[in-house]
Amino acid sequence: MISGSIPSQQIPSQQISDQQISSQPALPRFAAQTLLQAEQVHKGFTLHAQGGLHLSVLAGISLTVNQGDCVALQGASGSGKSTLMRSLYANYRVDSGNIWVKHQDSWRDLTQCQPHELIAIRQHTIGYVSQFLRVIPRVPALEVAAEPLIETGVSKSEAFAKVRSLFTHLNLPERLWSLSPTTFSGGEKQRVNIARAFAVDRPILLLDEPTAALDANNREAVMQLIEEKKAQGCGLVGIFHDADVRSSVCNRTLTF
Amino acid sequence: MTIQPLLTVEQLTKTYGEIQACDRISFSLYPGQILGIIGESGSGKTTLLNAIAHRLPIDSGQVTYHNSIKPTHLAQLPEPDRRRLMRTEWGFVQQNPRDGLRMNVTAGANIGERLMDIGQRHYGNIRTAASKWLAQVEIPPERIDAFPHTFSGGMQQRLQLARVLVTQPKLVLMDEPTGGLDVSVQARLLDLLRSLVRTLNLSVILVTHDIGVVRLLAHRLMVMQGGQVVEQGLTDQVLDDPQHPYTQQLVSATLLP
Repeated sequence: MISGSIPSQQIPSQQISDQQISSQPALPRFAAQTLLQAEQVHKGFTLHAQGGLHLSVLAGISLTVNQGDCVALQGASGSGKSTLMRSLYANYRVDSGNIWVKHQDSWRDLTQCQPHELIAIRQHTIGYVSQFLRVIPRVPALEVAAEPLIETGVSKSEAFAKVRSLFTHLNLPERLWSLSPTTFSGGEKQRVNIARAFAVDRPILLLDEPTAALDANNREAVMQLIEEKKAQGCGLVGIFHDADVRSSVCNRTLTF
Repeated sequence: MTIQPLLTVEQLTKTYGEIQACDRISFSLYPGQILGIIGESGSGKTTLLNAIAHRLPIDSGQVTYHNSIKPTHLAQLPEPDRRRLMRTEWGFVQQNPRDGLRMNVTAGANIGERLMDIGQRHYGNIRTAASKWLAQVEIPPERIDAFPHTFSGGMQQRLQLARVLVTQPKLVLMDEPTGGLDVSVQARLLDLLRSLVRTLNLSVILVTHDIGVVRLLAHRLMVMQGGQVVEQGLTDQVLDDPQHPYTQQLVSATLLP
């Protein structure tokens, strides 16, 4: 095993403290309708098991997302679409660049946020529909999907009602609602994931192939949900392999 | 965001002779958060947990507990006060429930003891509280007069949890709470832990070597190797984008991380 030094952004002492961030005023350079602005994002991976091989994936990507936008990330497999998407969710830690997000009327740079701030930003501001659903085996689908909404302080009954209506809209059979999604099919799991993310009113939504495992009917149902979010003034960023879905819901494209 | 941390650990160091068990460890824990600590055997995880609670003498560094009234520096706390804190606002869940339970008294007495420690004397109230907590951790309340040795391993672990939670602690330190349990029992305990953390607004420091457990439970993660924290961040950051060679090795060695 090769020993290496820790990249600088992992060292907590170099991170900005809460107070310093809180005292920053809303920065004037962002337009009023802007929700997210990524600037000159660089991200690579160092594979220590492969002799420290460095793969550069994002080299200076910038992206602005405004209210009502749905931006498609387009490009061949391995071109870095998912890497950018995951960086926008702070799932990946970027090497350099800034990712500004409007969180409850103040601008935060995700690359400088402390873990507990990221938790709050994900809770209220950025949603993410992943391709995978990771759950504790015993928990029923209804509770899995309602969990993020309950965590924002919404009552259980209200959260369940919202998820039930989303499940109905997504044609998820009612007999599945009280079962754990661990045994669900790919398409069923995906709809639980979509309901989980769409139940919460967050201004920014990231969609990683939200219709990949769905049939035509359910694809249509998801497209409707996306249109609703756009109409509400949300900004969306998505990876869509289905060209029809992409051309129908997206108003802009970022090509890799 | 001006949330106060519940616990701050600064430059905590503990050596055993030549061996650096904990080398200048610093972090803050916020209310309602679960902090996972992973690392191989001997990396200093359990020592760190014991050092935070000052269950063993530390060499240097500071542990500060911010309760509602004023910050408490654990090192300056007189021993009786520290013990009282451990029995009330803090809890410790041991890997082996036999270490955390008193095996020669009943389940009800195990739970009631912590209440009596803090001055409750009304037998009826104590018994009611004990049976309520047995139900909370999904042990049939009619087992209240049974001895822990008649319980299965999973039940013993849940009883230990009830014993700790009865005083409504704010901070719970857990050392491999799911170690040695079979997978289905483990899933049940994980689900229980998760819902209790949310309903009681607990903060938890969870030491484990099971990546699956931290993935499902922990908000944040610290990776330890040779007494040092080699990487930390949100759990999904550390597991999906591991940067330190040791973390990469750990994640790639895990089936379905």
